[in-house]
Amino acid sequence: MGRITLQQVAKSFGTTEVIPPLDLEVNDGEFVVFVGPSGCGKSTLLRLIAGLEDVSGGTILIDGEDVSNTPPAKRGLAMVFQSYALYPHMSVRKNIAFPLKMAGVAKADIKKKVENAAQVLNLTEYLDRRPGQLSGGQRQRVAIGRSIVREPEAFLFDEPLSNLDAALRGNMRLEISELHQSLKTTMVYVTHDQVEAMTMADKIVVLQKGVIEQVGSPLDLYRNPANLFVAGFIGSPAMNFASGATAQEFDATTIGFRPEHLKLSPEGGDWTGTVGVSEHLGSDTFVHVDIEGVGKVTARADGDISLGYGDTVFLTPDRARVHRFDVHGLALR
Amino acid sequence: MARAVTNQRKIINTVIAWAIGLLIFFPILWTFLTSFKTEATAIADPPVFLFFDWTLENYTEVQERSDYFKHFINSVIIAVGSTILGVLIAIPAAWSMAFVPSKRTKDILLWMLSTKMLPAVGVLYPIYLIFIELGILDSKIGLTVILMLINLPIIVWMLYTYFKEIPHEILEASRMDGATLKAEILYVLTPMAVPGIASTILLNIILAWNEAFWTLNLTAAKAAPLTAFIASYSSPEGLFYAKLSAASTMAIAPILIMGWFSQKQLVRGLTFGAVK
Repeated sequence: MGRITLQQVAKSFGTTEVIPPLDLEVNDGEFVVFVGPSGCGKSTLLRLIAGLEDVSGGTILIDGEDVSNTPPAKRGLAMVFQSYALYPHMSVRKNIAFPLKMAGVAKADIKKKVENAAQVLNLTEYLDRRPGQLSGGQRQRVAIGRSIVREPEAFLFDEPLSNLDAALRGNMRLEISELHQSLKTTMVYVTHDQVEAMTMADKIVVLQKGVIEQVGSPLDLYRNPANLFVAGFIGSPAMNFASGATAQEFDATTIGFRPEHLKLSPEGGDWTGTVGVSEHLGSDTFVHVDIEGVGKVTARADGDISLGYGDTVFLTPDRARVHRFDVHGLALR
Repeated sequence: MARAVTNQRKIINTVIAWAIGLLIFFPILWTFLTSFKTEATAIADPPVFLFFDWTLENYTEVQERSDYFKHFINSVIIAVGSTILGVLIAIPAAWSMAFVPSKRTKDILLWMLSTKMLPAVGVLYPIYLIFIELGILDSKIGLTVILMLINLPIIVWMLYTYFKEIPHEILEASRMDGATLKAEILYVLTPMAVPGIASTILLNIILAWNEAFWTLNLTAAKAAPLTAFIASYSSPEGLFYAKLSAASTMAIAPILIMGWFSQKQLVRGLTFGAVK
């Protein structure tokens, strides 16, 4: 079991309130991602759950038990750090065995569990090396190995992939998702990368300035963002926004429309614009267009499209998929 | 891009480096050579460099006149004792400054270091009186304590710098892994700080070994270390260069040999953190 409940949890450093009181429920076996720009309090929230920081108010429950004042080790959680935080003076084997040694597990059992974990993570041939002799991806796997041997109630990941290069990050993303499928253990994952959030999460928690902006499944957030912040943060390239007269046509203060919901045509459409830079990705082309009266927008077009810098194009938004926001930036439904 | 260095440039650099090295080493070399000369050759003008009758008479005479081994043992006890005592006090201090710093930690560190800027002679009188009062003048305990106090700021600073280099996340990871405070210090922190602690100990033994102001002023016969042993050859009966050199060589040899064998550790310690 690994149900984590936050009730009115708050955190201040001195007089600075980093996280105003918030409530959150992480269900057993769920993969929850905290996402937000840097400084939004997502890592602090994770550290509060881990017990590495003390709460300034509220209670944290794990499986219904109040752990607000329980030291980290007694919470039954395992954590993977951004910098891997491996013990540099110990071999991979000893690193993975460390939590078991601390728990007083018998030597024979430790050996068996470490070898099992190493096999799952493809680390068997590196067991006697030191962390310094491993690549970034291998180090991250050792960190994961160290956390799985304990069979924790839940895993906490603090931006575990941000030190890896892009290709490796994609692989590790898959590996972590697969690990979640096979272990079915609760995972709480912090990232500033909305792609990671979208691809891995069962449930995304979008944070800004310590406040939860929206909680929902990836597609739910993508389709029905609750406010301008979520609308702009989720999705890549980001949603286009327009206000003024254009928005008033839709009875809104601001409207948002995603690049893929704009139809580009050389002949005719609702809006006329001038083509700026086109980014060719092969499968798609992202065309930056300056529309008179609307502003600069990004449109997603076919990979084969060929538009010159300064060409005139016509754009038509998919009216059924235009997001409308009121004067406070909240979604109108 | 690596800077291009021509061969000619390399040769010039090498020559300059050797010249500076020899210049710095020359006084020690000269002392060493003089210790094997007779008193007459020692003051010969022009000076004789290598071609003289090598003799060991200075060494035997020095040993006869003043007991080298007594001074040597005193030096060892005072240098090692004050360093170990200092490290034992400094470790917890540096721990708390590095890992649970308060608002005033930086100020305290600076204040501690500022005491090193104070001229020692400024506090000689009060300390001398305190030593008399406590009855520890010319005692090994008194010297051990005073040298520990003198070097404590440096020991704390050095250890603090080393401990600061240990990433916080690794300690947090050990906490997540179920380590108690004792296990955290024993299995994670100390093994990672060993190179730093070792070089701190080495450097402070050297500093304490060479310390002359307090050892000369607070000792007479009983607790006198090698510094006093050398000094005793410089005054009352005029200058005896050869004997003074022999005494000096005997006094610096142990620490030089220790430094030579531990130079790898020392360099690593002094540049710790400079290169990741």
